[in-house]
Amino acid sequence: MTDMAWVEAALTSARPQAMAALLRYFRNLDTAEEAFQEACLRALQRWPQNGPPRDPAAWLILVGRNFGLDEARHRKKEVALPPDELISDLDDVEPELAERLDSSHYRDDVLRLLFICCHPDLPATQQIALALRIVSGLSVKEIARAFLVTEKAMEQRITRAKRRIEAADVPFETPGAVERAERVAAVAAMIYLLFNEGYSASGGPEHVRVALCEEAIRLARLLLRLFQSEPEIMGLLALLLLQHARASARLDAEGAIVLLEDQHRNLWNRELIAEGLALIDKALRHRQPGPYQIQAAIAGVHAHAARFEDTDWTEIERLYAVLEAVQPSPVVTLNRAVAVSKVKGPAAGLEMIEPLAPALSGYFNFFGVKGALLMQLGRNPEARVAFDQAIALANTAAEAAHIRLHLDRLQKDSASKRSA
Amino acid sequence: MLYAILCYNSEGLVGAWTKEQDDEVMAHHARVQEKLRAQRKLGPVARLMPTTTATTIREGSQPLVIDGPFAETKEQLLGFYVVDCASLEDAIETARPFFVDGGCLEIRPIMYFNAGSNVK
Repeated sequence: MTDMAWVEAALTSARPQAMAALLRYFRNLDTAEEAFQEACLRALQRWPQNGPPRDPAAWLILVGRNFGLDEARHRKKEVALPPDELISDLDDVEPELAERLDSSHYRDDVLRLLFICCHPDLPATQQIALALRIVSGLSVKEIARAFLVTEKAMEQRITRAKRRIEAADVPFETPGAVERAERVAAVAAMIYLLFNEGYSASGGPEHVRVALCEEAIRLARLLLRLFQSEPEIMGLLALLLLQHARASARLDAEGAIVLLEDQHRNLWNRELIAEGLALIDKALRHRQPGPYQIQAAIAGVHAHAARFEDTDWTEIERLYAVLEAVQPSPVVTLNRAVAVSKVKGPAAGLEMIEPLAPALSGYFNFFGVKGALLMQLGRNPEARVAFDQAIALANTAAEAAHIRLHLDRLQKDSASKRSA
Repeated sequence: MLYAILCYNSEGLVGAWTKEQDDEVMAHHARVQEKLRAQRKLGPVARLMPTTTATTIREGSQPLVIDGPFAETKEQLLGFYVVDCASLEDAIETARPFFVDGGCLEIRPIMYFNAGSNVK
């Protein structure tokens, strides 16, 4: 690995802790970001020559803090800065000092940084964009590309989000237990959203955006390192790992969607699956089931099946029933209906989704599932109507193309019936 | 003498590697392993899952089960080798080529060794 690649990885991994500490010092996102950028620039100059410091995060925090303080002093008095070597010659900085300053705050600092990004005042798209910018350190250009908007539009979105956060005035005191738990839950929800944005893109030509999924997994790992004994965070990470393990099998070479039943399971990433299953195992010992753990368990049942025919649909149906009880939602019921149709047949599944129609009238998957069940029952004209509705609601070209395949099949079916 | 070579590094750092960087590191390790195998020095090798998957058990009247690794440290035990070396000097020379990715290698003579045979 080149020196530069090493330095970049070190800066990426130190970023959440360093940014979080600088935010606590300066209580302003822009100042903290500026200070961190400056510290990174100096790191890029020094680390390749002098070798990396023992504690990269502590180094960046001290250098960034000194820079920020000098900037503030400079602005206040308009006096010349002291010579650079006086303030920035930090090769022999005591890492212990920085550690003492920060280790006690580390967890709540990073949690605060994450929480600020998913403040309830921010719409979901701004939460995700802000987290990618502030915590993950992706450039505005990279984020803009991931969301298929112009760089300028993304810049504006992030600036707006920052202004809202300033107005919202997130407290800097150490949070109490209840508040901490609420923050953890909000952060988990934001990470889940980010993953979903990558897993099944809400627009544009690309159906899966791997970079967003990987970033979500990175953030989930960070959150779990901070809260090692939270079963729901174990569940969240397990869920993301198990879903992402199928990434290479979910689209074919032409970018078309490959359904679970048709995926080449040897393309599934066994390492991610093993880690996901280990985390579920660990989480279940706590006996505090929650939505992430249950969804992870469902993904785990699929991962266990060597072939689609081996899938334990009874277990999946049971898990969806538990999920429905814990977190009632029409989308959960829709998924449960798919499992029911596998266990009891398409008629039972269809019966279950019929009452969902008003709630899901704008949901692509509802009509996809409905059409598939009707087709299995041989009710082709009705199936065609449902598929047409699905196409109208498709979010990506891949989704639309997938439904068109079904329609083609129906067409062929009726053609062959006519000729018979 | 059998030695364990214990590989430590910051998990956050290793997690920040791109897939390509990780593959590069693993490929490097595989090349060194191949040489050691040819020299008949190589014993079992393991890369451990992240410490978020770890569970620690403390002995007690009711054994205490704690989520997470034994200690919260800057660098974590990420994997290990067992190698057969003539001396400490030899073990150090044997370990040295594994460096590619920062971190530390701890060399510990092995007191008791059971290679096992019924785990695949």
